[in-house]
Amino acid sequence: MSSELRYTANTQLEHLHARYTGTGHADTNIYEWATHQHRDMCASIVGHPPLTSYLAIADGESIGRIKFEMTERMLQPCGPPPAKDDD
Amino acid sequence: MHLYNLTLQSPTAICHAIVGNFSGTRQQEIIVSRGTRLELLRPDTQTGKISTVLANDVFGSIRSLAAFRLTGGTKDYAIVGSDSGRIVILEYDSKTSSFVKVHLETFGKSGARRIVPGQYLATDPKGRSVMISAMEKAKLVYILNRDAAANLTISSPLEAHKNNAIIHHIVGVDVGFENPMYAALEVDYTEADQDPTGEAFHNTEKMLTFYELDLGLNHVVRKWSEPTDPRANLLVQVPGGQLANSTRFEGPSGVLVCCEDHVIYRHMDAPQHRVPIPRRRHPLEEKDRGLIIVAAVMHKMKGAFFFLLQSEEGDLYKATIEHEDEEVKALKIKYFDTVPVASSLCILKSGFLFVASEFGNHHFYQFQKLGDDDNEPEWSSTDYDSFGMRDPSSPLPSVYFRPRPLDNLALADQLSSLDPIIDSKVLNVLPESDTPQIFAACGRGAKSTFRTLRHGLEIEQLSAPSPLPGIPNAVWTTKVKEDDPFHRYIVLSFVNGTLVLQISEDIEEVQETGFLSQEPTLAVQQIGDDALLQVHPRGIRHILADKRVNEWKVPQGRTIVRATTNKRQVVVALSSAELVYFELDLEGQLNEYQDRKALGSTVLALSIGEVAPGRQRTPYLAVGCEDQTVRIVSLDPDNTLEIISLQALTAPPSSICIAEMLDTSIDKSQPTMFVNIGLQNGVLLRTVLDPISGQLTDTRTRFLGTRPVKLIRMMVQGNPSILALSSRSWLNYTHQGLLHFSPLISEPWNHACGLAAEQCPEGLIGITGNLLKIFEVPRLGTKLMQTSMPLSYTPRKFVTHPSNHYFYMIEADHRVMGEDAAKAKISELTGKGKAIDQDMLELAPEEFGRPKAAAGTWASCIRIIDPIENKTVKVIELDNNEAAFSLAVVSFSARGSEQFLCVGTAASTLLAPRSCSSGYIRTYSFKENGTELELVHKTEVDDVPTAMIAFQGRLAAGVGKALRIYEIGKKKLLRKVENNTFGSAIVTLNTQGSRIIVGDMQESVVYAVYKAPENRLLIFADDSQPRWTTATVMVDYVTVAAGDKFGNIFVNRLDSKVSDQVDEDPTGAGILHEKSILMGSPHKTKLLAHYHVGDIVTGLHKISLVAGGREVLLYTCLHGTIGILVPFVSKEDVDFISTLEQHMRTERLSLVGRDHLAWRGYYVPVKATVDGDLCEMFARLPGPKQSSIAGELDRTVGEVLKKLEQLRVTASGF
Repeated sequence: MSSELRYTANTQLEHLHARYTGTGHADTNIYEWATHQHRDMCASIVGHPPLTSYLAIADGESIGRIKFEMTERMLQPCGPPPAKDDD
Repeated sequence: MHLYNLTLQSPTAICHAIVGNFSGTRQQEIIVSRGTRLELLRPDTQTGKISTVLANDVFGSIRSLAAFRLTGGTKDYAIVGSDSGRIVILEYDSKTSSFVKVHLETFGKSGARRIVPGQYLATDPKGRSVMISAMEKAKLVYILNRDAAANLTISSPLEAHKNNAIIHHIVGVDVGFENPMYAALEVDYTEADQDPTGEAFHNTEKMLTFYELDLGLNHVVRKWSEPTDPRANLLVQVPGGQLANSTRFEGPSGVLVCCEDHVIYRHMDAPQHRVPIPRRRHPLEEKDRGLIIVAAVMHKMKGAFFFLLQSEEGDLYKATIEHEDEEVKALKIKYFDTVPVASSLCILKSGFLFVASEFGNHHFYQFQKLGDDDNEPEWSSTDYDSFGMRDPSSPLPSVYFRPRPLDNLALADQLSSLDPIIDSKVLNVLPESDTPQIFAACGRGAKSTFRTLRHGLEIEQLSAPSPLPGIPNAVWTTKVKEDDPFHRYIVLSFVNGTLVLQISEDIEEVQETGFLSQEPTLAVQQIGDDALLQVHPRGIRHILADKRVNEWKVPQGRTIVRATTNKRQVVVALSSAELVYFELDLEGQLNEYQDRKALGSTVLALSIGEVAPGRQRTPYLAVGCEDQTVRIVSLDPDNTLEIISLQALTAPPSSICIAEMLDTSIDKSQPTMFVNIGLQNGVLLRTVLDPISGQLTDTRTRFLGTRPVKLIRMMVQGNPSILALSSRSWLNYTHQGLLHFSPLISEPWNHACGLAAEQCPEGLIGITGNLLKIFEVPRLGTKLMQTSMPLSYTPRKFVTHPSNHYFYMIEADHRVMGEDAAKAKISELTGKGKAIDQDMLELAPEEFGRPKAAAGTWASCIRIIDPIENKTVKVIELDNNEAAFSLAVVSFSARGSEQFLCVGTAASTLLAPRSCSSGYIRTYSFKENGTELELVHKTEVDDVPTAMIAFQGRLAAGVGKALRIYEIGKKKLLRKVENNTFGSAIVTLNTQGSRIIVGDMQESVVYAVYKAPENRLLIFADDSQPRWTTATVMVDYVTVAAGDKFGNIFVNRLDSKVSDQVDEDPTGAGILHEKSILMGSPHKTKLLAHYHVGDIVTGLHKISLVAGGREVLLYTCLHGTIGILVPFVSKEDVDFISTLEQHMRTERLSLVGRDHLAWRGYYVPVKATVDGDLCEMFARLPGPKQSSIAGELDRTVGEVLKKLEQLRVTASGF
């Protein structure tokens, strides 16, 4: 597969991909991209105290609940992955 | 345009709080993180009051905070995890009262990123290491130790990463002195990401993993990992390890895993214990809704420990563990008390509980008892099969308790907090005030408040006013002996006499004090060791302790007009413009200096400073004369009564006061001698008196009021301070090492003086007319006085009325049942024959909150507020599950400009995805001068009306993505024109002329125009960047300032040519056919200024804060920040302040190691805005640093400080 080739051709890049979760590559599909985006967003919301407060006020929940639900959502923010084509 | 940002009120929310002995003494202190600030709070265990010792802006976002203490140490350090990509260890230095960065270790990129550690911190209970973790994957362990010189050392980081693992929480496990261990709640998403069927997602387990730091190998190993409850969210440390001097175990070690509805005790290879989290037995309870623990604290006492766990409803549970050595016998849980939902809980050894509320005021409670022997039911893991773990996947049966008022805790103190400010207005409604007030809709849910903020120090009246026989000319308080702790007499001078009152239990008149009562008094002083002194127009009475009186008489034909005294010196000015000087000799005799000094101009004011301890005299006298000069006269024996320096004034002086006050920006180590000169035109000059040369330097001026200024020296918190009276009263005092000048919020006083009495050690006597009142300044350093009024639900917006003074506010709470809905549900339940617990229904919502309902349930109301009386006039509850989202007062021209209140509501609104069953615009007419509202009609709309504004005698409303203009009709509002090409949803509307500025929820600010001839609503300009707008204000016709959801403030301007062109096009056909740019409108606005505040801006106002001052942009933010953006007036100022800012940046003042430029340019590079908060830290820099920076700027330190103060004072008056 081409992706294998690319990784073996450039071990440094492979290292970077392993190190920086979320870094895209030429074969990133929309699902992977969106999932990374959503995970980044959830992590950002939990990491910024004013944003958690903002959501908590809008939703009528406690900040602890918002943080918890956001972290839970990071597991699969965009639903299950699309079925792979076999060919 | 160039702006200067100043924070008037720093954020008041507390995100994290830790407790420890940070100053190394036995006293425990609390360090709190206010998001972007660190504060050290010191609770007074005697009085139960909390005071702020130190507050520091960190110029970064604090995400986690932990306290730790090295083994055998007595001092705690604070570790801060932030968005700087660095770990910081802070030490509190009590000598300089500052935080010192002991270590600053970089490990990753800056920013609150997913895989850069900083989100969670866990420390080893024995202080040997710390773990810092990210939201995903990354965990770093640092080993902490001390070197030969007992300095704290930090190792290079050890990695404990796990790829593709989301981390919910980490905690240090107490293992005594074995290798440090950490527990983490992790979820691995590898499988779930690969499986399209979704089965792997459902089977994903939440793992409780123990990491061991092998101190011998310097290596972290994953020791143990087992699945736990999939809805676990929080870990709590359980004590463990053996005590140093016995074989007894402190506890079983391990962790408490707090899950939805359950708490599980867990340790490696040990049986689990599970108990349910007790629920409130509320008739309206959502049975399916889980309950989670949001805050927890463990407390160790001698030989015992317990946990306080707090649920999201605010209920505290006490959890205890019964154990035999390391074997757990039972886990028990019971209801403890109900307090506000906390972001952090701290228990102090002295028996206090600090509750840092997530919203609203923070509370400080004292433990009355520990809930050991009350009737509260207790649930134990032994009540269930296999300690509640027979079937871990199915829940334990729900258990219930009844919340009750505080029993185990008693409220000791509150820290006021504005957090969250949801909407604000700035205007002057109070009749006696000349500066505007800030009105803020604060709080969340039933604890919401409407607050009025006034600039000034709050004063508290301690006693009922006592009437006096006449209107006094002056008032003094005096001790009788030098070493008396409190004042004995109050001396009042009248036109024709003097009255002496004695302070004991009560205040009563006394005779035979030695004071002359037939003459008015000019000065009163406790002089020498035990004598008193009275200066009256005809002479000086020196009253000795045995009531003998030595009298000095004025030469014939003259009188004393002014006098000034201290403990050893007396100076009087005669009507012949002569100065007479007396000094106390070593025998306690008052001796006149042989010469008198003729000045040639009538003396209007005199002042000498206090004698420094151990000194014979103070060397300088300040004399203010009618010829508009102030002279500094020497009292030194070498050149007594020689004029040393002279300063010309702009008006005749009315009062002078020399005081030695500490101001660390001028002198770090000792007080500076200030000469304060009050003028008859109400201006105060403050100059520094050089103690060596006697020259006056560094003059600063301030306008105090319309009356001649009167200055009084008094003591505040043991430091000299000055009370300045004019048409307003001001206090000049030292707080946290810096000099402050704040107005007092009081009626104007004619006279005042300080009062030290047993009942009020730091009081104030104020005299208005013939009434004597005693006051106290309870909160120094708080420059905004708050008055608050309770609300029922979370406030959303409020508006003012153009012709009456009432405010109209809408409130709405999500997941709460409205009153009608709740009643209907109750009657439905009773109809079904269910027993209703009436007591539960009667629980006060402001203490216990309201029961949570399902998403899409709303409670909402419209409230009429009288801001002058600070009370609610009327509340109109909304029915039909409607919630109000916007409102506007509109005078419809079709109804002869009659005013109506339009309220945009929506029924059964869901937030994500945003939807509602139906939107409405309710139109109310004003009745009874605006104190009543009458529903005229209700117009159905297709989406949530989120913004409204009056527009040219009609209503402009943002309904979802559409901007519409409505005309009033008989039965409904009539839609006249619509534009529905906005990006997401309209959140703000502003208008000027035919232009409407639309703030879009995600797509920044859009300029639209209404073309009446063709009845067209057209967009003609927008922003090239997406912005999540929260608040907007029009700065002028072409310029708009806005805040966004990520804490930025920006200013956009439209090219004035485009603006003119659009206005000149009568039909708008030109705009209609112009080519769009970047898939948007034909014109783009230009970014003029950009600044990251670090708090979400919820209100923006263009206002002048000082009477006759310049207009500034005032913003209020969610976490309680209030700040202003001041436009610079000159290019020189811009250059000067920007250069100063650059120099300040290189000082690396951020306590978390965040680069200042990167912080202020968090999302977009900071543009044309100078951070005044950073510049003002210049005052706190060490002296040599100050001089070197000032040298670079070609200024003196004094000039830099003066410029900074001038910028603050002229713009804000603060």
